[in-house]
Amino acid sequence: MFTSPHLNYGLLAPILIILAGALVGVGVEAFVRKTLRATVQLWVALATVLVAVVDLFIVRNQRSTTIAIDSVTFDGATVFMQGTILVLAFFALLLISDRGSFVAQASAIPGSQDEVSADLEGKSQTEVFPLTLFAISGMMLFPAATDLITLFVALEILSLPLYLMAGLSRRRRLLSQEAALKYFLLGAYSSAFFLFGGAFLYGYSGSLSLNGIAAAVAASAGNDIFLLLGIIFLMVGLLFKIGAAPFHSWTPDVYQGAPTPITGFMAACTKVAAVGAMARIFYVALSADLVQWRPIITVISIITMLLGAIAAMTTRDVKRTLAFSSIAHAGFLLIGIVALNQSGLKATLFYLVAYGFATLGAFSVVTLVRDSAGEVTDMNRWVGLGKKSPLIAGAFCLFLLSFGGIPLTSGFIAKFSIFTAAYEGGNTTIVVFGVLTSAIALFFYLRVIVLLFFTEPKSDAVSVSIPSPKVSFVLAASAIVTIVLGVYPSILLNTAQSFATFLR
Amino acid sequence: MSLLTLLELTPLLGAVLLYAVPRQNAKLIKQVAFGLSVVTLVVSGLMAYRFKTNATGMQFVESHSWISNFGIRYAVGIDGMALVLILLTTILTPIVFLAGWNEADNGRWSVRTFYVLMLVLESSMIAVFAATDVFLFYVIFEAMLIPVYLLIGGYGRGERSQAAMKFLLYSLFGGLLMLASLIGIYIISTNQIGGTFDLAKLATLQIDSGTENFLFLGFFIAFAIKAPLWPFHTWLPGAAKSATPATSVLLLGVLDKVGTYGMIRFCITLFPHATKTFTPLIIVLAIISILYGAFLAIGQRDINGLIAFTSISHFGFIVLGIFAMTSQGLSGATLYMVNHGFSTAALFIVAGWMVARRNSSQIEDFGGLQRVTPVMAWCFFIAGMSALALPGISSFVSEFLVLVGTFTRYPVAAIFGTTGIVLAALYVLITVQRSLHGPTTAGNEELKDLNLREKIAIAPVIAILILMGFFPKPILNWINPSSQQTMQAAGYSDPLPKAGK
Repeated sequence: MFTSPHLNYGLLAPILIILAGALVGVGVEAFVRKTLRATVQLWVALATVLVAVVDLFIVRNQRSTTIAIDSVTFDGATVFMQGTILVLAFFALLLISDRGSFVAQASAIPGSQDEVSADLEGKSQTEVFPLTLFAISGMMLFPAATDLITLFVALEILSLPLYLMAGLSRRRRLLSQEAALKYFLLGAYSSAFFLFGGAFLYGYSGSLSLNGIAAAVAASAGNDIFLLLGIIFLMVGLLFKIGAAPFHSWTPDVYQGAPTPITGFMAACTKVAAVGAMARIFYVALSADLVQWRPIITVISIITMLLGAIAAMTTRDVKRTLAFSSIAHAGFLLIGIVALNQSGLKATLFYLVAYGFATLGAFSVVTLVRDSAGEVTDMNRWVGLGKKSPLIAGAFCLFLLSFGGIPLTSGFIAKFSIFTAAYEGGNTTIVVFGVLTSAIALFFYLRVIVLLFFTEPKSDAVSVSIPSPKVSFVLAASAIVTIVLGVYPSILLNTAQSFATFLR
Repeated sequence: MSLLTLLELTPLLGAVLLYAVPRQNAKLIKQVAFGLSVVTLVVSGLMAYRFKTNATGMQFVESHSWISNFGIRYAVGIDGMALVLILLTTILTPIVFLAGWNEADNGRWSVRTFYVLMLVLESSMIAVFAATDVFLFYVIFEAMLIPVYLLIGGYGRGERSQAAMKFLLYSLFGGLLMLASLIGIYIISTNQIGGTFDLAKLATLQIDSGTENFLFLGFFIAFAIKAPLWPFHTWLPGAAKSATPATSVLLLGVLDKVGTYGMIRFCITLFPHATKTFTPLIIVLAIISILYGAFLAIGQRDINGLIAFTSISHFGFIVLGIFAMTSQGLSGATLYMVNHGFSTAALFIVAGWMVARRNSSQIEDFGGLQRVTPVMAWCFFIAGMSALALPGISSFVSEFLVLVGTFTRYPVAAIFGTTGIVLAALYVLITVQRSLHGPTTAGNEELKDLNLREKIAIAPVIAILILMGFFPKPILNWINPSSQQTMQAAGYSDPLPKAGK
């Protein structure tokens, strides 16, 4: 007999609201006049996210492990991560609404007559808004899910729209389509690994839920080889999503090829979701087996930090540089997982917010630096930007300094708290490596600053387009958050402290 | 709000005020900046007046919770040592403003930016000496690098961006090592007394010796880079050659003292056992610094490079005095920090004028300045005499104290150190002879002597150099109690003189 599942709609509401908003967006696509569509879509999307934030705020103190049978958990970490994703997504939507970045008609072959005429007709792919909302819903579900199937479904929901959106860049469309295809193929591959790992863990424990696996691990009930294989395969899927070495190779290409607002959205929000899910899996399901996975993640974290920091120096493209920087940050975030204590979770939550805002800010600067053909990401042409538009270049430097972890920026407090957590957990090695890598990473952040401020501009240098109110708003908000969290981090640290729990 | 916080805020207020002045009105900007630095000086004078010489412990204490999650507090307070270093800062800032009135005119950015950065730097230098919360100290220690970096890279000469970059990378690297140690000691405090960064509380921790050694090294290397001690000194000559005189004065005169100050305040206080372990090594490094700096100074052709290398030698003396672990040596080292500040200031300021007039910083381009520009030449001469520690000029007292303090515990080191004095005579006198005496080098006949503004700027420095040479007692009265406290807290007592030998 089939009993209908019990769903706690009150606590699922934030996700459901986003899904509803996405469906409304699909409706808008069908029923609203072409000229109005972009505006209506933006307002629908923004309103949806706002309503979801408000709803999340109302239910923030409720806790339950059974809001969708026992597949979704609503605990402190869920609230914090969903909140972070929603707030970051709100700003990302403002960037996305800047239509200059998107192709007029995605189905037109690059360079064809169709493309030119679509451009002339002023068409635009307003579907990005509902697609973004769908991705957001997946991102919100991913760190809340507590069984492997739901995790997999969430992973797919968040990934599919992103694959699509990565190919919508207006400029350099072939590069963009290549990026999308690469992201899709590798992403599908890694999802398969995730599923495969899930199967092994099911074989080991006889359960799909994280709690069931945890119980089996604690009792060491099954074959340890299956457990190890399960952990490793699961890890591959997750590490791919957060962009950790050696599964990072898609990151620079996709970051470069995707439309810049999408890159910003992806870099900020996907990281929150994937790191959140990874933390939940390792903290809840596998914490009893840390002897097996901790050394692996430690090594991966060190390799990722080093690789990100060193590879960033070799590239001359701003978006690729930011991609490598995001790889390095994935390594730093893994320190929070290695720490495996409450401070580690708190630090990770804080780190995600600090990193998310700095990333959005940095990519919003990238959307502004243009020449007549569109965005310019070649760093040689950013030379001397500080002289022409000191404010924009100054903001970019602020975000880089935050990435580098200079005191009085949010990035410093983030690194400090994550190192502290790891030290507290007895992982001094990773702290030492983290500190050394920070020094290497600083070198390339500073190199960019030198380029912007201390090098004389050349004749073919770019101009900075005057930011629209929306982009200015994103830029200002990111800068303010970066400074405020650096100078007075208690506001967020206390919140992160009280929300940093996983219900088991 | 204590007077100390007010003192920190005054230059910042000035920086904000500068934004109310129109960017084009350079003259008004300079006047406002100078005025505010004088106000700061007055406030610091008031603080020194109210400072109780005989009281033990920190004064003007203030403490507020800052980042409660990690037990981080905004905690400030000063003892005699911090007071004299703060006074050094507040006295030198208006002087360099006046001395380098026009040096911001040809920078990469506006005059206003220059003075904003300078005032921010002054404020952070006061704060760094005042901080009694180790985290607060670290944050300022790192954050103050940014204004210096911009000052060198934006207003300097020659290879300025490379020099600025090298300075920044070295300092940040040291800072990161210190961060690792900072986290380590914080975790130990969490386990023992509840997480705190309060200096006095951290000093009571029981740390096992292996960990203590590592934590000590993290702090020490950061400070040794800052000080700079051989072999961590390589950033200094480049920075000194490229920076403007005003920046150089604040960088070598005050900012680098944060390194030696940190060794006393943090290394010795927090890690007394590790200090004992590493003392022989550090003494050797100090001796090498003294001799290496002196030898390279003799070979220098660039006048700013010369001053940089003499500073490396002098910092060797300061470190020697600190790690001699006698209260005499420590008092001498602290006094040396102040004297070196004024002495370097005099050298850099006068050298800056010479370079600006001659448009070259090569020593060989000068010559016979005595006849052309007598006042400037005399100023340089007196500054040079203070660098070689001529009796009657302030540096002599401190060098003497350092060597006496060292001799009672490490006679061999003291003897090696003394040779540094001989070499100092050599590098100073050679330079004086080449640049001031002899026939006037072609092209120098038309050089102008100091104008009134420059005379007013240099007069107080020279007055201080001579006054403190004859009458160092008031400042020693401030310093002595804090050196004795530091020594006692670290568990050292002065060795008794070996009578009859």
